[in-house]
Amino acid sequence: MEKHIGCLVMPGDVLDCIKPVEENKKVILGPGLIEDGNFIKISKPGILKFRQPGVYWIDCHQKRYVPAKNDSVIGIITQKPGDIFRVDIGGSELASLSYLSFEGATKRNRPDVKIGDIVYAKLLVANKDMEPELVCIDSHGRSSGMGVIRKGGFLFHCHINLARKLLNPECVVLKQLGRRFKFEIAVGINGRVWVKANNEIQTIAMANAVMASELMNNVQIETMCKKLSKVSSGIDED
Amino acid sequence: MASFIVVKKEDLEKKQNVEPCHTLRCLTSELGCLTRQDGSVSLSQGDTTSLAVVYGPAEVRISRELIDRATVELVYKPKVGLPRPADRKREQIMKSIFEATIITNLHPRSSITIILQETEDLGSNLACCINAACLALLDAAVNMSFMVAAVAVSVADEGQIKLDPSKNDEEKGRASITFVFDSVDLNVVSIVTSGKFSQIEYKAGLELAREASQKVFQFFKDSMSRKLIR
Repeated sequence: MEKHIGCLVMPGDVLDCIKPVEENKKVILGPGLIEDGNFIKISKPGILKFRQPGVYWIDCHQKRYVPAKNDSVIGIITQKPGDIFRVDIGGSELASLSYLSFEGATKRNRPDVKIGDIVYAKLLVANKDMEPELVCIDSHGRSSGMGVIRKGGFLFHCHINLARKLLNPECVVLKQLGRRFKFEIAVGINGRVWVKANNEIQTIAMANAVMASELMNNVQIETMCKKLSKVSSGIDED
Repeated sequence: MASFIVVKKEDLEKKQNVEPCHTLRCLTSELGCLTRQDGSVSLSQGDTTSLAVVYGPAEVRISRELIDRATVELVYKPKVGLPRPADRKREQIMKSIFEATIITNLHPRSSITIILQETEDLGSNLACCINAACLALLDAAVNMSFMVAAVAVSVADEGQIKLDPSKNDEEKGRASITFVFDSVDLNVVSIVTSGKFSQIEYKAGLELAREASQKVFQFFKDSMSRKLIR
């Protein structure tokens, strides 16, 4: 069992060690694993991961986002047909966002959303057979950080793997940058990242630092951040 | 960095003549060579090179939409000129192979597009294209039920079988066969043949290609591990 965890697996491989139904034990299969009769088959190339009590998934590098329920994403409003907004979240089709699913919105008091605006929202419905549906409120009707982002800033696309790394509370690059600079960041799991700092130059610097950190280890990230703070403070400009 | 080496034609021919006929030519790949696509790879088998890119699961045109599965589209671009009927046929063959490997019912009403660009054809081009497309699908992490590997063989006039033939072998030979195998138990997925050959020659070629396909699958795995394990 343990021998497969943390190893590279390829599509078509069979995991005979995990049984779909074990005695008194539930197994949860994440992306990249498919139940096929009595076996579990792998459908994506990647690293097999495991978490107690019985969650298995494949960690793979991909660029294309496939909507999943409860994901927090950054979308771009592309159409406004009637009562809903059509939002591009990077999936295979546009997601819909009702104008009533904003904090404090009523039939009379419509939210001020224009085409081209960026929204930070949560996926309420994400099903392969249905159109994805977004909301900008939680179950209590509060915005809890979601809604239209209209403070300027810069939006860029990255690998989904980098977005997941940034969302990890232990993320080194954000901790290191946060210690030295003042900036805001919003990361959508769909591989879209919005950043804003005091001025445009710093915003671009932050965006570049985040993008460059994808292929770096923790030591390299620290060195980069140190260099960046030196350059921006103007002490060391050789 | 790309660099060019000047080789005399006679030297090259001499080198090709001494090459043993039961080995695959050297495989090299560059994953993620283009940035905008979901998956891209430049694969070379010896001197034959092709570039494959994958988009998907992405939006699909309404006319091609299937409500229960994803639409697989494959476009083959020759090195010069427009695609000819022979290229169209090749597209259809490859499309049917990848429709079988991709688990299309996981992404209904979407499209998975594969684009193949021939960059250098010096023998076994179809096999190189299929391998490149499979590697590009792996790079894009599209759900697949198995991987495929293609190996070409050619039958010379005297009945000698050459694995992974060069352009010269293909033209001189009596027949050429391209076998496509799956990764689960190395069964034949598809066969593309041209020319005349006997049953014995076919079987000998099949066994030779089957053995070589394992090397291709190992190469796929090595390429992915270079990308994923840092």
